Amino acid sequence: MGSEPGGCALRRFSCELGPLGRPDGSAAFLQGDTSVLAGLYGPAEVKVSKELYDKATVEVMLKPKVGLPGVFEKNREQLIRKTCEAVILGALHPRTSISIVLQVISDAGALLACCLNAACMGLMDAGLPMKSLFCGVTCALDATGAITLDPTAKQEKEARAVLTVAISSVERQVLMCTTKGTCSVEELQQCIVAAQRASGAIFHFYRDSVRRKYSKT
Amino acid sequence: MKETPLSNCERRFLLRAIEERKVRDRDTPPPGQAPSHGSAGGVRASPHLSPSRRAPARVVTLLSALQRLDGRQSYDYRNVRISFGADYGCCIVELGRTRVLGQVSCELVSPKLNRATEGILFFNLELSPMAAPAFEPGRQPELLVKLNRLLERCLRNSKCIDTESLCVVAGVKVWQIRVDLHLLNHDGNIIDAASIAAIVALCHFRRPDVSVQGEEVTLYTPEERDPVPLSIHHMPICVSFAFFQQGTYLLVDPSEREERVMDGLLVIAMNKHREICTIQSSGGIMLLKDQVLRCSKITGVKVAEITELIQKALENDRKVRKEGGKFGFAESIPNQKISAFKMERAPVDTNDVEEQAEEIITKADPPSDVIAKPIIRMPGTAQIGEGLENSWGDFEESEREEEEEGNSDDATTSGGQKMETEEINIVSKTKKDDDTIILSDSEEEEVVILEPEETHKKTRTHTTAKQENSSSKKAFNKKRKKKRATH
Repeated sequence: MGSEPGGCALRRFSCELGPLGRPDGSAAFLQGDTSVLAGLYGPAEVKVSKELYDKATVEVMLKPKVGLPGVFEKNREQLIRKTCEAVILGALHPRTSISIVLQVISDAGALLACCLNAACMGLMDAGLPMKSLFCGVTCALDATGAITLDPTAKQEKEARAVLTVAISSVERQVLMCTTKGTCSVEELQQCIVAAQRASGAIFHFYRDSVRRKYSKT
Repeated sequence: MKETPLSNCERRFLLRAIEERKVRDRDTPPPGQAPSHGSAGGVRASPHLSPSRRAPARVVTLLSALQRLDGRQSYDYRNVRISFGADYGCCIVELGRTRVLGQVSCELVSPKLNRATEGILFFNLELSPMAAPAFEPGRQPELLVKLNRLLERCLRNSKCIDTESLCVVAGVKVWQIRVDLHLLNHDGNIIDAASIAAIVALCHFRRPDVSVQGEEVTLYTPEERDPVPLSIHHMPICVSFAFFQQGTYLLVDPSEREERVMDGLLVIAMNKHREICTIQSSGGIMLLKDQVLRCSKITGVKVAEITELIQKALENDRKVRKEGGKFGFAESIPNQKISAFKMERAPVDTNDVEEQAEEIITKADPPSDVIAKPIIRMPGTAQIGEGLENSWGDFEESEREEEEEGNSDDATTSGGQKMETEEINIVSKTKKDDDTIILSDSEEEEVVILEPEETHKKTRTHTTAKQENSSSKKAFNKKRKKKRATH
């Protein structure tokens, strides 16, 4: 999972659709050594206090491996929730809840992107209606401004800025973008363009894995 | 979500499935109406035979009838599958479909006061909301407390880990080993899976090496010196027995459906040397001595099998790591599984990313006008924007009347009081004119110079901070007042 001189390669991806029996949808997504397990329940019963009369309530829970969830996890949950809400056709299931539980199995860089990918595959496995698919791509900018896609933990630590972008499959639009560190406006745009290109490979991966599971050949 | 209670119909079906085998034992004909419930996993293999041919085929029916819903025998365990992660101390154990993730981590802390030379062990089992719809975050069900306590007794009180070896400097620094277990899928028998995951993770874990020379303690990173395994005396493993119909029927390793209809549960934790580490019976069933003895014999057999499996898995992982092969969860997903898919490293073309980005920036709309620069009124006070007229109305009117008497020379200084949100509190509150500038950041004490025309001011300066703040907000009113006064 090292990077080529141009830093333009995604790590080895693996996924498993529906590894768990209880949740309505589940997916395990692995990017290099980073691995996230997503379990989904929905559309299901919702507490009256959280009920929305015209659409489904999307809840995301991100569970770290060690210790109790803290502010970092809450922040990530918000980002993932907003992305999912933008994509899920909640209006088809009013007064229900869609709960996405993400368990970090191992963290070796690009965790938020892996969570987004696992969530999308989980939503596909659960069969929830969506406007488009989405994927997460992480870019790391080092001191010289070179872009590294899908960085490892070490590369993230040494980078000047780390950006995570959620890209939708329809026309590669940007659904969510979060940055850590400083970067210029041009660099931001470059990272978004690079992420859009990388998302092509990821959507191809989604399609192939779903085709493998559901095709008759 | 609330737990869906088991319907009577389903409960009857499950209990009947367990009883029917015993009925078959006593050579009664198989029931005509086989329950064709949708959830019946194990299909009855016995054909409906005519009486004349029942004798030789009876053996077949007996054997094939001794099946639980998922096709197991009474004393059968489900398949145990252990996979390890890339970092030490991380493992996933699957007992049938019940899945538990275990992670061990360590930290240097000060020891407990009454155990100054022993390390600290901390166990935490969490029921993840994805494991079952009934597990809600934040709510601590009784089940969780019971499982945690059982796990602690099994692993801590049995002294399977040598805590003395975790001591670095007596009374000052010891290792705290923390075992976090997460239940990922609930299909029954959580405690067995959790105990296997805990002991496997502990055996797999490597802690950083530490050397003590007199007073100096050196902690080596994994790159400097290979991390050291924990010293584990024995491996206690829990085995659960479910009892039905007041102890008449016994099943080992109950699945989730069977757990729902059981009367009581007996958990025995044993190691491969046949030493019982923990035994717990719950549910209010009354067991006979020979039942307990039988269970412990079964436990001995099961524990031996499971321990062998664990050793093999650990050995495999050790070998792979030593040979430099690929390890981690990615490898444990079998290639042949239709629901699993792998992709090798995918290169992404980022050659002309800069050009494309430039294009986007130039095509984009130019940014809107930046806000005007701040105006510095006096040290520590800045103003951005002009602000709006305060339109509170009547409430302000009455307060303004009081001030009107004394504010003849406010005109010069009110400009400075027109502060926006940029006002910083530790600031010179200059309410007087330039001769008597008060530089003080305390609201109580005021240096007041008694001059005839300023006596009215005195009443105002003794007001509380709140009043002063509100009076500064009323600066907008002063402007209005000024206008009124001037015209």
